Amino acid sequence: MTNILNVQQLKKTYSSGTKTITVLDDITFSVFRGDTFAIVGPSGSGKTTLLGLCAGLDQADAGSIELCGSQMAHLNEDQRALLRNKEVGFIFQDFQLLPTLTALENVSVPLELQGANHARQFANELLGKVGLADRSHHYPSQLSGGEQQRVALARAFSNSPSILFADEPTGNLDEETGEKVVQLLFDLNREAGTTLVIVTHDPDLAKRTQHILRLKGGKILENVSTMAT
Amino acid sequence: MSGTASNSKAGLSWLLKMAWRDGKASGRRLFLFMASIILGIAALVSIQSFSDNLEENIVLQSKALMGADYIIDSNHLPNEKVQAIIDSLGGAAGREVNFASMASFPEKNATKLVQVRGIEGGFPLYGELETTPAIAATAYQGYGGALVDATMMLQFGLKQGDSVKIGETTFPIAGRLDSAPGSTALTSSVAPAIIVPYRFIEGTGLLQLGSRQEYSYYFKSSPDLDLEEMDKTLDPVLDAEGADLDTHTSTSRRLGRRYDNVGKFLNLVAFIALLLGCVGIASSVHIYIKEKLRAVAILKCLGATRKQSFFIYLLQIAGMGLAGGIIGTVGGLILQLLFPVILGEFLPFEVQLTLAVKPIVMGLLLGVFLSVLFAMLPLMGTWYVSPLQVLRVQEHTPKSSRRAYFMILGSILLFIFLFSLWLLQRLQYALAFVAGIVVTFAILAGIAALFMKLVKKYFPNSWSFTARQSLLNLFRPNNQTMTLLLAIGVGTFLISTLYFTKDILLAKATLEENANSPNLMLLDVQTEQRDSVARNITPRGLRIIDNIPIVTMRVQSIKGRPVDDIREDTTSTINQWILNHEFRVTYRDSLIASESLISGKWTPEMTPGGAIPISLADNVAIDAQVAVGDTIDFNVQGVLMKTVVGSIRYVDWGRMQLNFSIVFPKGVLENAPQFHVLTTKTPSAKASAQLQRELVRAFPNVSIIDLRQILSLIEGILDKIAWVINFMAFFSILTGIIVLIGAVRTSKYQRIKESVLLRTLGAKNAQILKITALEYLYLGILGSLFGILLSLLSSMLLAALVFETAFTPSWIPFLILLPGITLLVLAIGLSNSRSVLNSPPLEVLRKEGR
Repeated sequence: MTNILNVQQLKKTYSSGTKTITVLDDITFSVFRGDTFAIVGPSGSGKTTLLGLCAGLDQADAGSIELCGSQMAHLNEDQRALLRNKEVGFIFQDFQLLPTLTALENVSVPLELQGANHARQFANELLGKVGLADRSHHYPSQLSGGEQQRVALARAFSNSPSILFADEPTGNLDEETGEKVVQLLFDLNREAGTTLVIVTHDPDLAKRTQHILRLKGGKILENVSTMAT
Repeated sequence: MSGTASNSKAGLSWLLKMAWRDGKASGRRLFLFMASIILGIAALVSIQSFSDNLEENIVLQSKALMGADYIIDSNHLPNEKVQAIIDSLGGAAGREVNFASMASFPEKNATKLVQVRGIEGGFPLYGELETTPAIAATAYQGYGGALVDATMMLQFGLKQGDSVKIGETTFPIAGRLDSAPGSTALTSSVAPAIIVPYRFIEGTGLLQLGSRQEYSYYFKSSPDLDLEEMDKTLDPVLDAEGADLDTHTSTSRRLGRRYDNVGKFLNLVAFIALLLGCVGIASSVHIYIKEKLRAVAILKCLGATRKQSFFIYLLQIAGMGLAGGIIGTVGGLILQLLFPVILGEFLPFEVQLTLAVKPIVMGLLLGVFLSVLFAMLPLMGTWYVSPLQVLRVQEHTPKSSRRAYFMILGSILLFIFLFSLWLLQRLQYALAFVAGIVVTFAILAGIAALFMKLVKKYFPNSWSFTARQSLLNLFRPNNQTMTLLLAIGVGTFLISTLYFTKDILLAKATLEENANSPNLMLLDVQTEQRDSVARNITPRGLRIIDNIPIVTMRVQSIKGRPVDDIREDTTSTINQWILNHEFRVTYRDSLIASESLISGKWTPEMTPGGAIPISLADNVAIDAQVAVGDTIDFNVQGVLMKTVVGSIRYVDWGRMQLNFSIVFPKGVLENAPQFHVLTTKTPSAKASAQLQRELVRAFPNVSIIDLRQILSLIEGILDKIAWVINFMAFFSILTGIIVLIGAVRTSKYQRIKESVLLRTLGAKNAQILKITALEYLYLGILGSLFGILLSLLSSMLLAALVFETAFTPSWIPFLILLPGITLLVLAIGLSNSRSVLNSPPLEVLRKEGR
């Protein structure tokens, strides 16, 4: 099996006034292609920061990240954007749909950015898969939280990514809706053979992944494999 | 990767699609942005288009405006040399003598100062005399009738067949004169025209020494004659003989220049409206883009490059600008149809309006260009926003945006400078205009920053919750203090400056009313008539207030150099009018109220020996390039008189009284051929009319100016000018209000979440309303107060430096503008809270989130 994500001795600090706060320190781990991977830890442990760095949304102060064969430190912002467009899918806690675009348009955007001419058709299919075919022309504000997260799921898979980053995907949903969304996420992931990296503090959700990376105070507490398949 | 993924495949069509998708869902929020650009462009296009049409009409109608291809005119009958030139040109096709005189209408027992025009030959050679009945335009010549100005006919209830007495001759009225080449409603309202055949002028007995006449000779040229060339060669020769050549091309140029100035002023007012519109663009786009930054971060997360996300919004703004430009241009073209109605009396002809290409292209280009330029600063935010915003809000803008910020700011200033330079055509004015704007913005921004700092430092912790919340809103993150204070301040500043300037212009022309101010002026009183005229006035209990002698003379030499030499010297910078003008000079022993000494020594009376010490008005001294001690020789009707500049005076020409460029001391000109101006003060219009009638009967050569009438005439003209200014200012005011609505309404999206949150926490409607009301009240009062104070300062500078007059500010801006604008800000601000107060919190958040 090959690694899709290699993180070596990663360090990230933020300055707050005159103080420098180390958010991540000496983080090293790898994710195999096609695996499911959870990053867990209490609030402030650096989970979301790590996810942002792995996805190329931010730059590290030290260490290296290799994503889909590209060293992130060697790419400029636009090159990282293109890498995300080609290889990465995202799911966020607060959905992050474009409020002025309909559900269908939201799902089409990643494909349109690639210049695909079947964007609309494929987006419609994906909305069908997440059970929202009849809501495709609704704006995000006209959808419930669960529906919005399903649109976000469809969007995350629309560019057939190699790796999908999910930041607390059920954090804003009730238990029942959250469960449905997670089920859908794992089903779609299995079907597409995508690598899945989830940031969560929900132990049940983490247990459904093959690997768990536990963080505390910006350091790795443990990196374990589970029995999940 | 770096080699393979350097280009995104989504091209222009995707960017346009995204711009359209996003724009149609956000259009409502950009409506005011559109309104700002529409009003600004409409104002500018209407004025530009009308100016272009006017210019074109002047060129097309220049011959009809003059009534000839070219005219030779002079203040006296042509001397031999001028006559020889006239003959060499094949003789004139028409000639005219005109002068001001009193006319009386025996049937109506009325008198009036008129412009008598004695005409002979085919005048007008182009255009026509429009009369009622039409046949009167030619018939009057045959039997010696008079064509009388239409308004005057109406005023005195005159009809065809009545008579008019001019000097010693009585003419039957042949018809009503509706229009003649070259006259405007304005000029004819000062001294309405009466046209009579030239051959009858002698018989009126009015062509005598001292009375001011103008002789004009009208020519028709062959098509191959180069008028420009003739003007260049012949005009200096005629100038030397006290005559003048006017070709229809030079007249159209002169007229063009005159209306160009009017156009420039109006253009500037329109430009101010446009600039206000630009403030509107900047403030509405600022908030709009701020709300879009999260969407931009999402797009970047999904793989959009910086360029792509930037261009989506750039295209959106440019598209809105183009739409605004199109609507504004069409609006401007429709609006220009109103201009001939508004400016009617100032124009010497009917303006034919056509579609001028330049203003249309300008309107469309400016719509796009200004929208993009003024939106660029907030738009740059899309370039620098990090995709990390999706995960967590970042407060700091990257440092590299600072350079872009200053570059854009520089471009905006450069544009304002270049555009005002193009409009005003004077480097100093354009620089002053830009400096004024920069200083105003800087002061207002400084006040806003200082205000926030002071509120923060001396925060009144003991105040009630609502009062504290409203104050907190002024300086906490996402506050609108700077944007709103700038928008309110600049808007109030421009409107208030326009008001104060109008005040300065109008105040300059008011007549001082006191016992010593005359209201009747008797001109052309011959020396031998002086005592008998006075005897006619004083028995009525009226006083002769002034008895001003006038002697006419020309400059013979300046500092020893004959004027002929100076004329031929191409390097001389002495103003030509000094060399050619026939000066009307008086002599007296003291300064009058409108004068003050600038330099030298005032000599009341001539002492024997040496050159005569005279006093010059400062503008004459500048134009003649002389200082105290320099010599000037005058030709006083054939007698040479050596003088020396004894003093230089400041003269307030704006005062309604007889002012003089040159004043001699007593004891020099008493025996020179002269005429007199007498003034008196009549208690009523009726007494004035009666006195005028009797004086005209006894002294037909004396012209009488009724200052009361002139004043009401001037007031009428100023009212019309004020109307035009107000009409244009209306655009600025309307755009200002729209900017205000835009700025306040866009801040709605900042406040709405906080209000909903407060409501969720249990705040009552009245509390939310009070917090909002107080916040906008502070901003309204502060913005409008400092806007007015700044305009007061700039108006004082304008009064001192440009209009050179004292300025007593009116209280109206403080009493009306200050509370008016504050209330407007308050009303718009409170209307924002309506949706928060009337709906459940969640519904509001969902609706506003779109």
